[in-house]
Amino acid sequence: MTGVLPVALNDATKVLKVLLEGGKEYVCVMQLHGPAEPSMVESVLAEFQGEIYQRPPLRASVKRTLRTRTVYYINLLEAEGRLVLFKAGCQAGTYVRKLCFDIGQVLGTGGHMKELRRTRVGPFTEDVALASLEELAQAHDQFKEGDASRLVRLLQPVEDALALVPKMTVRDSAVDAICHGADLAIPGIFSLEKEITPESTVAVFTLKGEAVSLGRALMSTEDILEKEKGIAAKTERVVMKPGTYPKKWRG
Amino acid sequence: MALRPPWEIKREVVQKAVDETDAAYGCEPEKRNLEQRIEYGFLNVDKQAGPTSHDVTATVRRLMGAKRAGHSGTLEELCSRDIRV
Repeated sequence: MTGVLPVALNDATKVLKVLLEGGKEYVCVMQLHGPAEPSMVESVLAEFQGEIYQRPPLRASVKRTLRTRTVYYINLLEAEGRLVLFKAGCQAGTYVRKLCFDIGQVLGTGGHMKELRRTRVGPFTEDVALASLEELAQAHDQFKEGDASRLVRLLQPVEDALALVPKMTVRDSAVDAICHGADLAIPGIFSLEKEITPESTVAVFTLKGEAVSLGRALMSTEDILEKEKGIAAKTERVVMKPGTYPKKWRG
Repeated sequence: MALRPPWEIKREVVQKAVDETDAAYGCEPEKRNLEQRIEYGFLNVDKQAGPTSHDVTATVRRLMGAKRAGHSGTLEELCSRDIRV
C-alpha cells in the first residue's frame, strides 16, 4: 500500500484522533476473476455508493461485527480486461480490500484488491507538500548544510490537520486556562462556526489562528450565541504549551 | 446520488464578542520558526510499498529529532505482503 501518510511530530500528535476518524480517499486497482463489461462494472460500483454494510476482513484490527460505513463516492476510472481502476472517497474504517471482494461477488466474477494508493486523509491530499522519505532526507541534508527552506516548506502546521473540524475561536484571556486543562466557558468565546451541536468534536483556536485544544461541544451554536455564561466545550486534548499566553485566571 | 464528503462541507463563522489579540504572545502558524514548526508540525509523507506505516513514522521521528511522532492510521501493511489469487 502506498500514498498519503500524514505523520505528526511532538505536540501535533495530540490531534491524530481527528485524522484517524476523518474521511479517506483511495485509488484502487482491482483484479476480477472473470470477464465483465465495463458498463456492468460501472453500475455495480454505483451500488456501493452511500451507506454500505461491511464486516471487517479476517485480519483486521477491530471486532469482526457487521457495521455500516459511508462511501461518499466511488468512480470507475478505467476497466481493461480483468483489471478495474477506481477512485473512492469513504468514511474512516472502510476496508477497501473488503469492498473489492464484495464488488466481485455482486459482479458475479469474484475479485480482489490488487493495488491500493491512498490519495487523501482528511485535509491532507497528494497536493499538500507530499514528500517521500527520500525527499525528506534530502531536505534534511540541505538544512544541515545551512538551507532550511525546503524543510520548512514540507512542515505543515498542526492547524492544517484541523481544517475540517468545526472551530471555536477564543480571546487571549481564555487561552492559558484551556492550556492548563480548563473547559471553555462562553465569556471566553470570540467567534464560532454555525451548526455545532452538543457532543460534536470542536477545535479551539486563538485569534492568531493557532490551535489551542480539541474539545467536545456541550451546547449548540445557537445556545452559545444566546447565553452569557456556562461551559460551551469540554477540553479533551490540549495542543498548545501552557505559558504561551499570559495567565489571566485564578485557580 | 453522490454524498458530500467532509472535505466539501463549507461552514460559516459567527462572531460572539469583540476583542483583539496581543501581538506580544503566541505566533501565527505561518510565522513559526523551524523549531516551532517541528513542535507543532505534520509531514505529509508519500508512503512507498515495503516499510510499514510504523517504520515510516519511526524514520521520520529520528530524522526530525522529534521526541514523539505518530501517524493517522495504518495503510494496511498486513496485506501488502501476500495477495492471493
